[in-house]
Amino acid sequence: MTRAQDLPADPLIRALVQQARQSQRGSVSRRSVLAGAAGMAGVGALLAACGTGGTPSGSGSGSGGAAGKDVSATDKNVYWANWTLYLDYDEATQSYPSLDGFQEQSGITAHYAEDIDDNDTYFGKVQGQLANGQDIGQDIVTLTDWMAGRMIRLGYTQELDAAKIPNSVNLLESLKTVDFDPGRKHSLTWQSGFGGVVWSKEKVPGGMRSVSDLWNPEYKGRIEVLSEMRDTIGLIMLEQGVDISGTWGDDEFYAALAVLEENIASGQIRQVKGNSYKEDLISGDAVAVIGWSGDVTQINFENDDRWTFALPDAGGTLWSDNLMVPVGATHKANAEALMDYYFDPAVAAQVAAYVNYICPVQGAQEAMADVDPELMEDPLIFPDSATLAKSFVFRSLTPDEETKYNGDFLTAVGA
Amino acid sequence: MSIAAALSSENAASVGPASGPALAAGPTRRARSGAYLLLLPGLAYLVVFFILPVVALLATSLYVPVPGGDVGQFQPAFHWQNYPDAITAFWPQIVRSFAFALIATFAALLIGYPMAYVIAIKVRGKTLLQGLLLVLLIAPFFTSFILRTVAWKQILADDAFVVTALKWLHLMPEDGRLTATAFAVVAGLTYNFLPFMALPIYASLERMDIRLIEAGGDLYASGLNTFWRVTLPLSMPGVVSGTLLTFIPASGDYVNSSLLGNPVSTSMIGQVIDSRFFRVSDYPTASALSVVLMVAILILVGLYVRRAGTEDLV
Repeated sequence: MTRAQDLPADPLIRALVQQARQSQRGSVSRRSVLAGAAGMAGVGALLAACGTGGTPSGSGSGSGGAAGKDVSATDKNVYWANWTLYLDYDEATQSYPSLDGFQEQSGITAHYAEDIDDNDTYFGKVQGQLANGQDIGQDIVTLTDWMAGRMIRLGYTQELDAAKIPNSVNLLESLKTVDFDPGRKHSLTWQSGFGGVVWSKEKVPGGMRSVSDLWNPEYKGRIEVLSEMRDTIGLIMLEQGVDISGTWGDDEFYAALAVLEENIASGQIRQVKGNSYKEDLISGDAVAVIGWSGDVTQINFENDDRWTFALPDAGGTLWSDNLMVPVGATHKANAEALMDYYFDPAVAAQVAAYVNYICPVQGAQEAMADVDPELMEDPLIFPDSATLAKSFVFRSLTPDEETKYNGDFLTAVGA
Repeated sequence: MSIAAALSSENAASVGPASGPALAAGPTRRARSGAYLLLLPGLAYLVVFFILPVVALLATSLYVPVPGGDVGQFQPAFHWQNYPDAITAFWPQIVRSFAFALIATFAALLIGYPMAYVIAIKVRGKTLLQGLLLVLLIAPFFTSFILRTVAWKQILADDAFVVTALKWLHLMPEDGRLTATAFAVVAGLTYNFLPFMALPIYASLERMDIRLIEAGGDLYASGLNTFWRVTLPLSMPGVVSGTLLTFIPASGDYVNSSLLGNPVSTSMIGQVIDSRFFRVSDYPTASALSVVLMVAILILVGLYVRRAGTEDLV
């Protein structure tokens, strides 16, 4: 199943092919000449970007609009890149039931790829193409708040047409206003989740109430923390009484980093990990970790309910992953149809029952009655106001802060 | 001058078809230019996939951030300061990488040589057994080495049988562990690159005329003496290529250190390059570190080959 069969997806080659076709017909319109010229400018940009990783600002965002020509009306496909275990999946039929529903309802074929396992890594992979306004082969990408903010800031996303996503009114009120995307013009929330502490019920019978409980010498060498800076540092900062959504600076960040460094140097922290901390909980190498809410529900489901997740008394982190249409994507209208479908409360409930993260759709809690009534009262899927009051969003960082903090954090964790 | 050397040069002469007078009487000028044409695909491959990336790498290593730009945006410059900055910040990881790679190479040699010796010499003639042992040696390649390393994590886990057994035998303190240690990282490196060590040695030994060992005995050399004076020198080409094939990738490896290591004492330079490139989007630092790693390996390997003798490489 290849896409854009009549024209190549690469904007540069496409422009050249179009130009060649035009000249064969003997008429060269002003527009096609311009398109060709844009193509040649693209060669320059491509060479400039070739091998350099990042291109200077300015060369990127401008060329985007022209490249993302929407062929949705004629090409009934949509390509969606998401994280693993992030959509309801039926082992028996090896298919995604909710996605099948979308295909039946809309007649659009959805190509779902579990392509994303890390915000930075994914960004590193596609940045070169996005900077040149090229199609990355995906019509929807799903990235976390701060990375969504960077994508939008850099002009790597297309503006969504709210009229084509009527169900987007169902987005939770608290998520309608976000600092990284004023007016929610470029993004919609897919799922949200908490960062907090997780412990083994057997090894830590007393449970944990704070991040400081992780530093108990009894668990030396059996503690792990997340390699996601915003969660690990965010939780330590909250423990130190900092409002991570507010205006804090170097002092607060480095005070938290010092705590982390101290516990790494002492051997209290065994390893610093991404999603793979789950394996260490299962193998017993880790007895307590800083982890994510949805993961715990999943491993509990597969391993006899052995762990507990909790937001520390001082508060936990709250993050969201966001659906966006990248610049250069050629099925924007199809992508919008898909987003609209997933903001239907009944569909959202179906997804939430499987992924176990926070559902961002109003009305899904009521709709859950038909899917799995037990989950209606699950505070990790439909958090009550008390739970939400204990969770905080890490404030947006400036590019300079981002580079500095992330670099120092990774150095501290030995990477 | 040993018998072995004399015999081996004779051996080589009989193996190489293009040596001696044959070459002089051989191809005409035209045929030779045809041979050069055949080289073109290889050359093109080298230019596109080696020379160009290296040039791009060198260029990127001198870039500076765009003033007021976003994360990961850099512009061309000649900022040589990137090098001292990168080395000052990450020299411990660079030194550690070479130390780990060196230990792993020695360990692989100690383990791999006897394996190769047994397969090539001891069971020579027993075709079935030899084939079976070779398959066993190569079998790990059939599985992704990341998967195998993850499997190590499970086998060496605190609650798994290896650690439990060692503790039961009092060979390990009660709070001891195997994963997340420098030992695990070096052991992982040794394991993962072992076939690269053993196979070239096997190839060298396999070509060796077994009568040389008998000749050594006839001349009243002890078994050890024969090995030291005859077998080992003859297998040196395999040892040299084996050590290079192990040492070079092991120095740049980051899978073992990130999966089996800890955040304190096991970070290797490959891990740092990976994180600077993909996590921090600090492309100039990542490129500068890559160049430093490349140059350092080149120097170390150059010194080694000089000492070991280039004729052993071919």
